[in-house]
Amino acid sequence: MKFTLSWLKDHLETNASLTDICEALTRIGLEVEGVEDPAAKLKDFTVAYVIEARPHPNADRLRVCMVDTGSGAPVQVVCGAPNARTGMKSVFSPPGAFIPGKGITLGKGVIRGVESLGMLCSAAELEISDDHEGILDLPADAPVGAPYAAYAGLDEPVIEINLTPNRPDAAGVAGIARDLAAAGVGKLKTGVAPKIEGAFPCPVGVTLDFAKEDSHLAPAFALRLVRGVRNGPSPDWMQKRLAAIGLRPINALVDITNYLTFDRARPLHVFDAKKVKGDLVVRRAKTGEEVLALDGKTYALSPDNVVIADANGVESIAGVMGGEHSGCDEHTTDVLIESALWDPYNIARTGRALGISTDARYRFERGVDPDFCVPGAELATQLVMEICGGEPSQMIVAGRIPPARNALLFPWSEVARLTGLELTVQEMAAILEKLGFAVERTAGNSDRAYVHIPSWRPDVEGAADLVEEIVRIAGLDRVVATPMKREAEGVAPPVLTLLQRRVSAARRALAARGLVEAVTWSFVSKPQAEMFGGGQPALALSNPIAADLSDMRPSLLPGLIAGAQRNADRGFGDVALFEVGQIFKGDGERDQVWAAAGLRRGAARAEGAGRNWASRAENVTAFDAKADALALLAALGVPQNAVQLVAGGPSFLHPGRAATLQFGPKNIVGWFGELHPRALESLGAEGPLAVFELALDVLPAPKARPTKAKPKLELSALMPLERDFAFVVDRATPAADLLKAVAAADRALIVDATVFDVYEGPGVAADKKSVAVTVRLQPREKTLTDAEIEAVAGRIVAEAARKTGAVLRG
Amino acid sequence: MSEHTALEQSILGEIAAAPDEAALEAVRVGALGKKGSVSALLATLGRMAPDERKTAGAAINALKDRVAEALAARRDVLKAAALEARLSAEKLDITLPLRAGPTETGRIHPISQVMDELIAIFADLGFSVAEGPDIETDDYNFTKLNFPEGHPAREMHDTFFFAPGADAKRKLLRTHTSPVQVRTMLAQKPPIRVICPGRTYRVDSDQTHTPQFHQVEGLVIDRTAHMGHLKWVLEEFCKAFFEVKTVKMRFRPSFFPFTEPSMEVDIQCRRQGGEIRFGEGEDWLEILGCGMVHPNVLRNVGLDPDVYQGFAWGMGIDRIAMLKYGMPDLRPFFEADVRWLSHYGFRPLDFPTLAGGLSS
Repeated sequence: MKFTLSWLKDHLETNASLTDICEALTRIGLEVEGVEDPAAKLKDFTVAYVIEARPHPNADRLRVCMVDTGSGAPVQVVCGAPNARTGMKSVFSPPGAFIPGKGITLGKGVIRGVESLGMLCSAAELEISDDHEGILDLPADAPVGAPYAAYAGLDEPVIEINLTPNRPDAAGVAGIARDLAAAGVGKLKTGVAPKIEGAFPCPVGVTLDFAKEDSHLAPAFALRLVRGVRNGPSPDWMQKRLAAIGLRPINALVDITNYLTFDRARPLHVFDAKKVKGDLVVRRAKTGEEVLALDGKTYALSPDNVVIADANGVESIAGVMGGEHSGCDEHTTDVLIESALWDPYNIARTGRALGISTDARYRFERGVDPDFCVPGAELATQLVMEICGGEPSQMIVAGRIPPARNALLFPWSEVARLTGLELTVQEMAAILEKLGFAVERTAGNSDRAYVHIPSWRPDVEGAADLVEEIVRIAGLDRVVATPMKREAEGVAPPVLTLLQRRVSAARRALAARGLVEAVTWSFVSKPQAEMFGGGQPALALSNPIAADLSDMRPSLLPGLIAGAQRNADRGFGDVALFEVGQIFKGDGERDQVWAAAGLRRGAARAEGAGRNWASRAENVTAFDAKADALALLAALGVPQNAVQLVAGGPSFLHPGRAATLQFGPKNIVGWFGELHPRALESLGAEGPLAVFELALDVLPAPKARPTKAKPKLELSALMPLERDFAFVVDRATPAADLLKAVAAADRALIVDATVFDVYEGPGVAADKKSVAVTVRLQPREKTLTDAEIEAVAGRIVAEAARKTGAVLRG
Repeated sequence: MSEHTALEQSILGEIAAAPDEAALEAVRVGALGKKGSVSALLATLGRMAPDERKTAGAAINALKDRVAEALAARRDVLKAAALEARLSAEKLDITLPLRAGPTETGRIHPISQVMDELIAIFADLGFSVAEGPDIETDDYNFTKLNFPEGHPAREMHDTFFFAPGADAKRKLLRTHTSPVQVRTMLAQKPPIRVICPGRTYRVDSDQTHTPQFHQVEGLVIDRTAHMGHLKWVLEEFCKAFFEVKTVKMRFRPSFFPFTEPSMEVDIQCRRQGGEIRFGEGEDWLEILGCGMVHPNVLRNVGLDPDVYQGFAWGMGIDRIAMLKYGMPDLRPFFEADVRWLSHYGFRPLDFPTLAGGLSS
């Protein structure tokens, strides 16, 4: 919403400075977005007199003008405008001036051999209108040498406020003035709309043709004819105001409607009565109906849209935009003035569906003042008669103006209850009254009053709204910051859930392994979603922002892989990334889970990335991903022995270099491995890439314990001892099976067993491998004898043989 | 006795001349070993008369002690020299560069760090953390929050939608974290103090807008919470978060469908060379929206607005991260560029606490 200072002063008597007014506007909720001083960009332009315009010696279309700029000797200017002529007054721009409409700084020049020391300007070059047909042609009395902006009245600051959608009343200058007056910035002086007697009955009738349940679509429709008008340009003052706020002056009748739209937040429409055939009917549009609107576009209408039609068909889209056919132009002699009420939601829907944003729609969808429907038409009639002449008909009003809403019973204590601010009843009542509320006190009830809501405030529904009105005018700065007591005295208790703690801990744990946290889009492309197990229709956006951001991600990996590739493309190939975030298995509430995923690319291993003298730059493998995944589980307090590791994983992983982590076949927590070459190819990524992903929601909670005490620690005084075994097993036998068998040989004595070497090659049969296992034995009560040690070793070898077919390497 | 002197001179000479510990051992064996020269002298004592033995014995034993002493002294010298030689041979070029270790290279994203900071501050004020799904119903995202069907305020939200389901209702991506407030009020009786951090979405993409962003909202519901408390909470938060002693805030009336009265809050600051300093300066920077929870919202979740009251606020996590830590643009937050993440990210063990200060 834009307006100029002088426009505001039509409605507000004030001596306040521009700065004070702007501060007050922001303070009461009409936030000033900016103040534009159009004079600033026009500062170099002055009124000039063309002493002589003669033909250019070398060009038919150019003229050489001698220009009196009001200072010093006449200046020679080469001008290409068809209307340049001797004796005219126009606008001069000296060399060095910035021409806003062209975006250039003017220089001295020689045009076709003739020197040009400036320019005569068109309205378009000054960005004051679209007119670039010729140079500005000023009246003969324009003072030569005067700054053009001041002469043209374009030196007025334009204030723009960021209007919140609840304040349709402030979509008019008069409404803004009312708020300012209530805030103590001057006195409201908006005049009362006249009541204009009609000289004859309105010759065009109006029917509101709606089913009973649709009557809310057009509650009231006022119409009046003014005959014998002359529709030329609107007066200068009106044109200047409209131009100042960015509206193009068109003709007096149209300008009057635009002017009242901004002056009083009252959109109006004018029809050229001669082009209207028969009576007007307000109704739902019929399927298949079209209208050529004033913006030159044809709109296909549906029964969801309300239209104003005559015997020719649709003439106007109600409350949104008029039709081209019955629009007013310079030939209009009889004009029909329409002032109507529409259903805000219907106007919003229609505007949205047709893609039309107009100043009328803006106001109707927020809610115009119903009580100003008829006065608005009267005011428009008065302006038409003043500017265009003519004789008015009587006004007809179809439908009826909705009655006033019930008064609110308002306990004054609500203000203190909701804001903590104690005000006197006198002050509160005065604020409401200045805003146009009527305060009706009831005898014997000084603590409350009936408050009548003004017709222009559809947003006020209840006590909380009145509290807002009172505090915003009284001043929010008067509300005192008040310490809020803790619910619980003393040390603040912990507040995070297990999952919340784990999400945070997962991030720290993975970062501590050298991975860098990324946050990628929640959406991926459809093919990516499908590759990672998603892509179902319920998770596809109807209105994605881009084709490759169309589906909710079923995994964090597509985003991480794409991110890693972008880094590689920039020359950073060894990257280690992770993300802890939401993934989507469906559109239900429980289908969204927290996941943690990591990715290592190239040689980005946990011990450090890239080439270094100390050790070779080895590419990442599935084991790097395994280390990350298991370290994460450990950091989250999941007992390692509870997790089963099953070789093989989802189809986007290398079938021989991946594993699934689970607590049972139906309770899969995630997987790790190297990316499948085919997956790499279709993702447009290069490997090697080792990845893992774990779902955090499904991890088991630690066992609940009555105290925080850790289990008792048993320390043996006896030395542990180690024995090594070199087993030969089938190549396909998992080492984990062998270790499990070894550990099972004596659960009391064996405390640890691990693999310290794996060998395939000469000395071992082609389909076999040698696995060297070291076993740690912990004597419990007494030192083991050689015989006892031999016995354990024998059980280990026997158990390994029985469960895995292992034999000791000869 | 001169023959003893000669022997002693000879042995001490050998000791002094021994070049290393092995040669010295040979000297020791030659003198004090079973068949050593000094041992041989001691062996002669047995054949002597008692008187003679007494004097000779003392002399030979003294000789033996002197030799042993000389051996020990020489051994210490040789050992020290050998160690010296070894140490000098073992010298490394200690300037060789190492790979950066994991805790050096790992990073926490600024959004996560700021969430941890928010939680640290609000947990101390007694707020717990509530979360909800990103895919929401129209009812929770709009209707229950007093956005009537077809209301223009809905249009301000540029919503991402999904295709209608079997019930003909279409789900959407939440445009704010306010539906979590609804869920909290439906699930829990007052008093309520929660913050709701999370990811939110709007169909918007330019230099300062991304289709996803992060918000944190706060909600307090009880029987007495009023706007003065709201001001206090926000002032305390801003001081703690921006780590300044004082902060000046400006509350402006505004409009949100789910609060009444509604306000926007500006914070006073000074912009200087790409940095923003809070607690000083003449500029105002919009930082959050807030207000008293609208009576219709309370009714929609089954609370009587004449009994219960409270306030809510909301702000952009990405935005306050940018203000505090100086990132100029929003888009790189989601681009996974390791150069950006390494620069603006946080070290894994930089965990924000109130005791230690939020940031180092």
